[in-house]
Amino acid sequence: MTPTTREFVPAAVPLGRPASSPHSLQTLASNPYALRIVSFAIVALAWEWAGRVPVSPSFPTFGETAAALFSMLADGSLPAAFANTLVPLAIGIALSSVVGVAIGVAMGLNEKVEWFGVPIFIVLQAAPLAALVPLLVLAYGIGVTTKVFVVCIMAMPVIVLNSFKAVRHTPHSLIEMGRSFMANRPQLIGKIILRSATPVIFAGLRLGTAAGFVGAILAELLVTPTGVGDIITYSQSTADYPRMYAAIAGVIIVSVLFIEGLGWVEQRFLRPEKRSAS
Amino acid sequence: MIINGTRVPAVFSLLIWAVLWEIVGRLGLTILIPPLSTTIEKLVEIVGTPGFWDALGLTLKTFVIGSVISILAGIPIGILMGRLPVLDRLLLPWVNTFISAPLSALVPVVMALFGFGETTIILTVVLFAIWIIILDARAGAHAISPSLVEMARVYGATNWQAFSKIFVLSAMPEILTGVRLGLLRAVKGVIIGQLLVSVVGFGRLFEIYSSNFLMEHMWALLLVLFALASAIDTAFGLIERRVEHFASSRN
Amino acid sequence: MIGLQAQTAAPPLAADAAPIVEVRGLSKIYPGGVEALNDISLSFPEGELTTLLGPSGCGKTTLLKIIAGLLQPTGGEVRVRGRAVTGPGPERSFVFQDFALMPWATVIRNAAFGLELRGVPRSEREAVAEKYIASVGLKGFETKYPHELSGGMRQRVGLARALAVNADIVMMDEPFSAVDEQTRRQFQEDMLRLVAQERKTFLFVTHSIEEAVYVSNRIVLLSRRPSRVSEIIDVNLPRDSEPDQIRRHPAYLDTVEGIWQTLKRYLD
Repeated sequence: MTPTTREFVPAAVPLGRPASSPHSLQTLASNPYALRIVSFAIVALAWEWAGRVPVSPSFPTFGETAAALFSMLADGSLPAAFANTLVPLAIGIALSSVVGVAIGVAMGLNEKVEWFGVPIFIVLQAAPLAALVPLLVLAYGIGVTTKVFVVCIMAMPVIVLNSFKAVRHTPHSLIEMGRSFMANRPQLIGKIILRSATPVIFAGLRLGTAAGFVGAILAELLVTPTGVGDIITYSQSTADYPRMYAAIAGVIIVSVLFIEGLGWVEQRFLRPEKRSAS
Repeated sequence: MIINGTRVPAVFSLLIWAVLWEIVGRLGLTILIPPLSTTIEKLVEIVGTPGFWDALGLTLKTFVIGSVISILAGIPIGILMGRLPVLDRLLLPWVNTFISAPLSALVPVVMALFGFGETTIILTVVLFAIWIIILDARAGAHAISPSLVEMARVYGATNWQAFSKIFVLSAMPEILTGVRLGLLRAVKGVIIGQLLVSVVGFGRLFEIYSSNFLMEHMWALLLVLFALASAIDTAFGLIERRVEHFASSRN
Repeated sequence: MIGLQAQTAAPPLAADAAPIVEVRGLSKIYPGGVEALNDISLSFPEGELTTLLGPSGCGKTTLLKIIAGLLQPTGGEVRVRGRAVTGPGPERSFVFQDFALMPWATVIRNAAFGLELRGVPRSEREAVAEKYIASVGLKGFETKYPHELSGGMRQRVGLARALAVNADIVMMDEPFSAVDEQTRRQFQEDMLRLVAQERKTFLFVTHSIEEAVYVSNRIVLLSRRPSRVSEIIDVNLPRDSEPDQIRRHPAYLDTVEGIWQTLKRYLD
């Protein structure tokens, strides 16, 4: 090997691992929580700085936003708004879960149902269903019904398709095992197929819930301002930007925490094979 | 499904759905659903108007610009995250947050900062599309076999060569999946952005149609948008299948 | 038709044993047009361990799964104790190449699964399963999950499950192929002990010549696809000797070499 090529060898190292970084940085990097806090602090500082410049008259500082968030939490207006937002969301998610899982499982178990149903749900999953919102308003007015509908159309396709895939992709050897030990059809479905599909179905419910949150907020912004959507629109019209940003940050935090929580439940209770890995 | 011994492709079930749509529409069960035939008539009518082409042009323009930004920024960020643990730990919490966050709530912020124009819609597209592209590029970078990286080092690849010749190419299957999912999210973003901005493009058309109770017109626009989304999905699925040999040879 | 009775020098064990499984003119063509089996006729005597041995992809697993009732043949039939096989039956059980354990179920539930499907009450089926878990050497692991076990231990659970239903015929489809070499030898010896203990008929599929010779009473050599029966070999090893001595015994080495000479013809 010539000296020139040897010189090149360490050049690719930094892409693989930070070999040349100082010691303190390395110990910091090995602690995921420390870096998380650093990451959050960087973003908070950048936000604070951008707010103080200010980059835009409608960009409040991090401090102002945090203060607005705490005052809305303290006077109970934010929790009340969340309770309002959660009504159509909860109804919509419950409806799409029951109906969606049933449709998905039926498509996974029966080839005729699959033939009939899968293409339309693939189209629906790819399609920008948000465009249906104006139609729903026209058809069902501006009440809770429309909002529930919006949540459903956003959440349903992913729930259906995940349930379908989960059932369809039951490991072949488990099905053969069941048959070789004389399982009848109900036993095969109940004890093997559905049980094996449960984690993926649940993951679909988690994705559906995330999509449902998008729908619930969209409904409040487009249909009638209620709940969190009301705080956002009202604060925007009165140029109370800290409140507006705080409400948005609040709804994002709540939805992310809720979805992370569902992910934790999935890992903890439904996937014993991954319990030790995590 | 097999009828009379011949296999009928599943896509044909969409024709049955079209017939069902027509029947439900004709029966007048709900004002939500007008017959498919009148919708198509209205579609032909709308396609002749300059307003439609303006809206379509704006949609395509913002969609393309937003998608290109997401792809050009998302892929390098994702690959770097996959190769640099510190950067990964710094950015991953945010990527994970935004990938499951209700992004529709952030559109008002973009509107407050950038007004009611094209910029806002482009940024909405980026906001919707970029996270999944980053995450999948990162997964692709994780899937690169260590021996391939070592091979590059043994043969004296520079950082840039390793990045462009090894990482991007061998992470290609995951990257393409990410881009396809990102583009689908971008379609949703471009529509949600226009609906919320509501003074330009299809958002404006929807606004006009709904204030005039023109249900068929709205469905006609929907047909266009659904077709657009399906076309992007199908086209990208085909491209993905063509590079599948990458993935199989990698294992 | 090539039957086992046609063999010379049949050991006293098998000479009067009635065939428990008979395979008549079996052929299998997969939907894609691949011809896996072509007119195979065989019989398997009761109480023996018969191995199906052949080159990779020769259709030995297909043959085993047809006997198990998991696959339907294109032509011919399988009879078990004179009755034609149309599907899986309680007198046959199966050990899978990839273990086929349910990841969500504990060792004991996996081992008792065959009985659970038959509606045996919980306490009763767990008592049976416990006995077999102990006999395959997994006592104390009853409440573990499959992912907490090594590959060899997982396959022991698969074996316990197959034994727990008390079938007359236990079929094993390359049970040790996903297990490392050391574990594999230990497992082979344990299996021989169980075979002697259980007095069942074992049908075994492998592509390892040494394994086949070491564990079998008789070996059915299959040709390349479409499979035909190429040769049937009776193995006479001094089973009462130590394992290491068996592996050095001239009869063992000669049989291995003889099979290798036959199989070499099927290589490219």
